[in-house]
Amino acid sequence: MENYLYLALFAPLVGALFATLFSNSKKAQIVGIITSLLLATSMVASLILLAHVYTTEQIIHVNMMDWISIGHVYIPFGFIVDQVSVTMMVVVTIVSTMVHIHSNGYMDHDKSFNRFFAWLSAFVFSMLILVMSDNFAGLFIGWEGVGLCSWGLIGFWYHKEDIAHSKDLTKSPFSTLSPYSAVSPSWAANEAFIMNRVADLGMLIGMFLIFWNLGTLQYDEVFANIGMLSHELVVAIAIFLFIGAMGKSAQFPFNTWLANAMEGPTPVSALIHAATMVTAGVYLVVRANEIFTIVPEVGYFIAGLGAFVAIGAASMALVATNMKKIIAYSTLSQLGYMFVAAGLGAYWVALFHLATHAFFKSVLFLGAGNVMHAMNDEINIKNMGGLRKHMPYTALIMTVASLALAGIFPLAGFFSKDMILESAFANEAYILWTVLWITAGLTAFYSFRLVMYVFYGKENYHNLGYHPHESYGYVIAAMTPLAILAVIAGWFEEEFVEFITMSLPVWEGHLEHNTHYMLIGVTSAIAIIGVAFAVFKYLKNGTYFSSSMHKRFCYKVLANQYYLPHLWEKVVVKPYYKLSVYCWKKVDMKIIDAIVDGIAKIIYTGGAEGRAIQTGNLSSALKLMVGGVFILLTLILFFGLTK
Amino acid sequence: MMVTLNDYLILSTIIFMIGLFGVVKRKNLLMLFFSTEIMLNAVNIGFVAIGKFHQDLSGQMFAFFIIAIAASEVAIGLGLLILWFKRKNTIDLDSLQQMRG
Amino acid sequence: MFEVVAFYLFAVLTIAMFTITVVTKNALYALSSLAAGMIFISAFFFLLNADFLGVVQIVVYTGAVMALYAFGMMFFDSISDVEEKISNPRLAFFLTGIVALLVVLILLAPIVSSNIIASYPIHNEYSNTADVGLILFTKFLVPFEVAAVMLLVAMIGGIILAGKKMDTDASSLEAEQDHHHCDFNTKDIK
Repeated sequence: MENYLYLALFAPLVGALFATLFSNSKKAQIVGIITSLLLATSMVASLILLAHVYTTEQIIHVNMMDWISIGHVYIPFGFIVDQVSVTMMVVVTIVSTMVHIHSNGYMDHDKSFNRFFAWLSAFVFSMLILVMSDNFAGLFIGWEGVGLCSWGLIGFWYHKEDIAHSKDLTKSPFSTLSPYSAVSPSWAANEAFIMNRVADLGMLIGMFLIFWNLGTLQYDEVFANIGMLSHELVVAIAIFLFIGAMGKSAQFPFNTWLANAMEGPTPVSALIHAATMVTAGVYLVVRANEIFTIVPEVGYFIAGLGAFVAIGAASMALVATNMKKIIAYSTLSQLGYMFVAAGLGAYWVALFHLATHAFFKSVLFLGAGNVMHAMNDEINIKNMGGLRKHMPYTALIMTVASLALAGIFPLAGFFSKDMILESAFANEAYILWTVLWITAGLTAFYSFRLVMYVFYGKENYHNLGYHPHESYGYVIAAMTPLAILAVIAGWFEEEFVEFITMSLPVWEGHLEHNTHYMLIGVTSAIAIIGVAFAVFKYLKNGTYFSSSMHKRFCYKVLANQYYLPHLWEKVVVKPYYKLSVYCWKKVDMKIIDAIVDGIAKIIYTGGAEGRAIQTGNLSSALKLMVGGVFILLTLILFFGLTK
Repeated sequence: MMVTLNDYLILSTIIFMIGLFGVVKRKNLLMLFFSTEIMLNAVNIGFVAIGKFHQDLSGQMFAFFIIAIAASEVAIGLGLLILWFKRKNTIDLDSLQQMRG
Repeated sequence: MFEVVAFYLFAVLTIAMFTITVVTKNALYALSSLAAGMIFISAFFFLLNADFLGVVQIVVYTGAVMALYAFGMMFFDSISDVEEKISNPRLAFFLTGIVALLVVLILLAPIVSSNIIASYPIHNEYSNTADVGLILFTKFLVPFEVAAVMLLVAMIGGIILAGKKMDTDASSLEAEQDHHHCDFNTKDIK
């Protein structure tokens, strides 16, 4: 069984290394095939491990080798396959394999084909280390690894130029109505990485606090002893760890990077920004549930923040015309849902929603990728329309996924989202419930707004000269398992609960049956209303917001993402830039360089002057000798007298 | 009034300084050798004087060996000096500039 | 009394001689005054009851070393005055003076005083020569032998340095001489 663990963990690494060899060469199809095959092996190994853990209820815990063993510090490279991590492994590997196969088709004409697969497989490897590690240090290694690979993948087309800011909403890179997702891919990559790094500082502080007080970073030892610490300390630890999670899972105020990350290729968004990296934050909270259960006040804060993000993101998706940004905002919103569940103590619910969300969101992104590929990378949904006739399979898959996202029975999203709403209601957090309920309606609305604009209605693209066609067969074949999972995953809820509560705390919403069914009814109702509104309004008007709405303030605010990117730019980026320039020009060049150069200059001049001694002239050499004797005698006298 | 050790030592110092002065001042290689001889002799006086005033024969022994060494040094030194003269036709000290730094 | 007079007399004379050596411009004067100075130094040795050393000084130093210098002088142009350009005579005075002062201070300091135990005490019963001989060939035997080897090396070195092979002029001269020698032989046969 341990061999399956190592196989699952290291197959993507082998794929990444193999692809790296070809990074600077022309496209080699073999690279895509081999990496996908290796990912498939990892997926099979993870499934076998899932079967094993499910049937035998045995946890596999290996200690591969010692990493740091100095004094009191002992940190090994250890890996654990328990119920939580095997769930994550299965989700990650299934989605990654499908994304790899899809990328073979999407990145077909890209000249950096090989480099893409190198980064992608490396990303999966880091994510697997993150979920399989048995201590916080290994988690952090994976954490940073996914951050790095995400940087490489978002900034994949780094040679694209920066777009200038502009007040025009259709052209500004900070607007959701423009075709640009961010100032430039490398800008977006840097923003993602730096924001993550800043949040990671919080996580590091949390880890340091844990280590300082408990002397270990191993999960089992930490969780066993966490109860012995003072309450304030545990609150601090929980808050700091959550700050790290906020960065990775793009909670406010670290949320701007997620929408801007759409500058990267679409399979990247499918993998990283739907299923894996952004769920790392949720994973952290779920894994450290024993810390968070002790401090429910932090949990309430998490839940409140999650709800805030959920509705904020949903509102921003209402007016966006950038297709990928709409899906990105929906990811952000669903992450908020997950954090609400985790904050309220319903950890398995959060994990369940994570899994179902991974399936339908990734397939949404992959479908969007198909559409973009067919439309020469057009991203404005208003320039599409009526693609159902040309891309029937993609349309079907995306519609199904959107239904799942909206939470319509009997698709997967219904079960998981419903549980979250139930957890909010059962904890008597009625405000949270209301917020989430409204967001569910908004979610249904904007997802079908997207579907309507893209696949139905008038064909708006003819004057732009696009000739859309369906994607390759194997691409559709890769998306199908995910779509099927998006449909059926919810049906296994009971087995999942039974399985996962062997590791996670049991949570049940103790509601009367009547209340329970009423809640389900109300939730489904608003979802169906949202869908219906989206469909019928479009069929009637062909558009959602009339042009008079476009000038209104609330429209502008939403289109500008609540002016949050502008705020960041003004308050953080510009002053920091000025500080950096100051440090460079005044501190580094004038002081530090001056000191270093000065030392070198002293030695150099000293040598040049000292050269004068070596004239080769014997007479002056003798004079110098006498001088030396003089100095020595002075020293003798001096030290002799002081004795 | 006895002649104390200090007198001998001061004498030795004075003669040594004369030799040192010659070494520093002289530019002629041969004169340089002379000055070296003076210094060696001064040191000899010093050794023997200390030996006698402390009733120790080591001083005389040392002086003896110094004489031996001085003699051989003169032999070799003069040989080299003659060779140099044959090459450069001058024994000016400033002509020995080949080991410039 | 006698000793004091002798000491001061010889001291004055020695200093005068050596001063002439370092100051004069004439090489021959320098040589002669150096030789005289050596003799006067040996007088000091006799004053200090180091008879053997005094004689050795005269024989080796004044006799051999000065003779060596005299032979060496023959190679150089000794009649004309030695011209020396000195960049900074004051520096030389200054340096020397300061060093002299320091050395005197050091020597006069209390180090050179008490608590010195003689390792090889002087025996006043027998003569100094016998004493020196006893110590030299027993306690100082190894340095003695080493000094002998060193003198051997110096001698060989001197021969090699002065030998004809080291001299480019001499080798051509020798070749010429051999050539003549051969010619002479052939002529003789005819």
